[in-house]
Amino acid sequence: MLTNSSLLELLLGRLTWDAIPFHEPILLGTFIAVLLGGIALLALITYFRFWGTLWREWITSIDHKKIGIMYVILGLVMLLRGFSDALMMRAQQAVAFGDSTGFLPPHHYDQVFTAHGVIMIFFVAMPLVTGLMNFVVPLQIGARDVAFPFLNNFSFWMTASGAVLVMMSLFVGEFARTGWLALPPLSGIAYSPDVGVDYYIWSLQIAGVGTLLSGINLIATIVKMRAPGMSLMKMPIFTWTALCTNVLIVAAFPVLTAVLALLSLDRLVGTHFFTNELGGNAMMYVNLIWIWGHPEVYILILPAFGIFSEIVSTFAGKRLFGYASMVYATVVITILSYLVWLHHFFTMGSGASVNSFFGITTMIISIPTGAKIFNWLFTMYHGRIRFELPMMWTVGFMCTFTVGGMTGVLLAVPPADFALHNSLFLVAHFHNVIIGGVLFGMLAGVTYWFPKAFGFKLDPFWGKCSFWFWLVGFWFAFTPLYVLGLMGVTRRLSHFDDPSLKIWFQIAAFGAALIFIGIACFIVQLAVSIKHREQLRDLTGDPWDGRTLEWSTASPPPPYNFAFTPIIHDNDAWSDMKKNGYQRPLQGFIPIHMPKNTGAGFVIAALSALIGFSLIWHMWLVGAIAFAALLAAVIVHTFNYDRDFHVPAADVTRIEQARTLQLAAHV
Amino acid sequence: MSETTSTAVSYYSREEIHPENGTLLGFWIYLMSDCLIFACLFAVYAVLGRNYAGGPTGAQIFDLPLVAVNTSLLLLSSITYGFAMLAMNRGGQRVMLLWLAITGLLGAGFITLEMREFAHLIAEGSGPTRSAFLSSFFTLVGTHGLHVTFGIIWLITLMVQVGRHGLIAENRRRLMCLSMFWHFLDVIWIGVFTVVYLLGVLT
Repeated sequence: MLTNSSLLELLLGRLTWDAIPFHEPILLGTFIAVLLGGIALLALITYFRFWGTLWREWITSIDHKKIGIMYVILGLVMLLRGFSDALMMRAQQAVAFGDSTGFLPPHHYDQVFTAHGVIMIFFVAMPLVTGLMNFVVPLQIGARDVAFPFLNNFSFWMTASGAVLVMMSLFVGEFARTGWLALPPLSGIAYSPDVGVDYYIWSLQIAGVGTLLSGINLIATIVKMRAPGMSLMKMPIFTWTALCTNVLIVAAFPVLTAVLALLSLDRLVGTHFFTNELGGNAMMYVNLIWIWGHPEVYILILPAFGIFSEIVSTFAGKRLFGYASMVYATVVITILSYLVWLHHFFTMGSGASVNSFFGITTMIISIPTGAKIFNWLFTMYHGRIRFELPMMWTVGFMCTFTVGGMTGVLLAVPPADFALHNSLFLVAHFHNVIIGGVLFGMLAGVTYWFPKAFGFKLDPFWGKCSFWFWLVGFWFAFTPLYVLGLMGVTRRLSHFDDPSLKIWFQIAAFGAALIFIGIACFIVQLAVSIKHREQLRDLTGDPWDGRTLEWSTASPPPPYNFAFTPIIHDNDAWSDMKKNGYQRPLQGFIPIHMPKNTGAGFVIAALSALIGFSLIWHMWLVGAIAFAALLAAVIVHTFNYDRDFHVPAADVTRIEQARTLQLAAHV
Repeated sequence: MSETTSTAVSYYSREEIHPENGTLLGFWIYLMSDCLIFACLFAVYAVLGRNYAGGPTGAQIFDLPLVAVNTSLLLLSSITYGFAMLAMNRGGQRVMLLWLAITGLLGAGFITLEMREFAHLIAEGSGPTRSAFLSSFFTLVGTHGLHVTFGIIWLITLMVQVGRHGLIAENRRRLMCLSMFWHFLDVIWIGVFTVVYLLGVLT
């Protein structure tokens, strides 16, 4: 007979009241703030009767533009979380010297740096990259939507479910204390018996499924759905980088899935893949995770390169210099990114020959990357450059990223790496390329395409404030880390004894404070822009004198993107159309075939999150029921054959006429 | 013809353009990503497959005749799936359903034998926790078995859907996808059979 406690254990596994951090004032305060904020948000949605719209127009939407916007919102919200972790680390390291232990105990500090890395890569950079690709790629290739619109919605909600699990670890249980790659044996059951690593594994597994499926989706979209006449070498460069990035996603993420599955088998079943006994091999984990991890770096940076390419040629008013070489450089980087993974652990001791091979391949990557930098510079040369906000981010990127790239080449020399491995020099290097490259790129992209998504520009004054605080703040925050790294300070320390290091950490903390102001300015920019949207309104759909197809549509574009499928004759299709006196079609519209919204993706992703949560807490019964429900939901969804509809010609005519009037009023 | 008309016509298509359906390409790319998961598991097996940790070796525990029967079941099921697709192309729905049912039964036979092999090994103390070799063996073979199990569930679902809606375009496309999936699992199994079982019994 079941007693009360064994029934509870059956239902809740190892989840008890002890998992709620009542004794941690920082967490409790955050929790109460989040709770109040959440209640306020729900109340507002209810008050404005927004639930129906939210469900019909957003949550169940299979429109690639709305999904793209939701990804970007997710990325920006998670940026706030990831950045609070960064602020806490900078503050801790600035004060924890000698007798002072700072305000974060080691077990909390370790969770903070792990969560910071995981969130910034998986739930900030990835959603921003995927979001921009989702929004822009179909518009750039003249398509109505992606190849698999339902899958796209599902992918987004899987990513969001992963983010939800990471956020839950803050208040229910704890997060991993292992560093962002959860290397065993530390992440094994013997040294991390609690739920932290399980939160890590299941949030990444669930988000990873979403990423993989969206990679497949975008490859099929780019390969199959380009407008007539758009041969591969006439594709916009951002679409090219998106294609390469998605090839990398499909070829890299299965490795992450496999290696995390093996780690969870070690933890749940007691197998010996990465343990120290019975034949396990921990270095195999390190190899496998970096076979995913190194391409991941390029998954993030290639779309940023694409964004900068679009921006440079738009704001220099010129065709991109060396389009073909840009494409080849992107493809070469794609291939080379698979041949360098071992440079993350030269210190493994695989011998001089292996280390030299990977050192040399790593140095070779700087050649196509350097070619890109020169292409951008030559595009600017003799151009009539407009220093609007996206262009400022681009120039800021070129100065910052080049330095980060060069410190990377320095680290690629194995003997130098032996001295600098796991030092703050490395931390400074990868922040130099990820902030200076990926983050600047995403902010440039958000600024550049914002008017396309919402029909008004972002306020330039607050944007410029944000840009300068980010740029200056970045250098203040990370130059000291280069110095400290060269002095031999290793990463992931929560306390120091040598007081002479303190000044450098204080400068770094000052830099982090400047970046904080930069982020605040960005939020103010959004608020001010929404408030002044009428002054910032763009009626043309082409506010920057753009060159690619997305600027030929209205802002925001109609649900079907293009009333008639465009036909492409040249690179920079929209420039070509403008130059040759293209006339918008005004009548003769026909019904447009479109996919229907569905809530299935949301339901299946929510069940996946529930399965993840049950596995983390060993709630086997709940997990089994949720899995059965998931299987049933998938099967029921496949019985739905009614997946598309036609936008009637009358509706198309009405939407297009409204745009005609708008354009006429503007001119 | 005036200048405006000629340019206006050439920059967009007055007719609805239906892009090629990308489902088969997309599914093929998915299969390649799945193939990479198996590639990782094979690599892990290659690294750990001789780490017996004092436990049994492959030669001691593999029952080759049983595995040979198992392999034939799976290879046969690939052929019968092929017959089902031939029947589909001729439009013979009933014949196709019959071949699909036979395919499903062969798949179920394969899974049953594999479960027996696993149960037997675990019962005699050679479970996945015994050594790194057995961990990687159970994971590689088990992942394949899990795929076949989902394939069978999918097959049954599709049979119901064909019964309900007939051989409409959507169902044909789905049958094509499952066909690729099924043959793919066959190819993976040939790798498992060779690398794990045949090479495993060689000393």
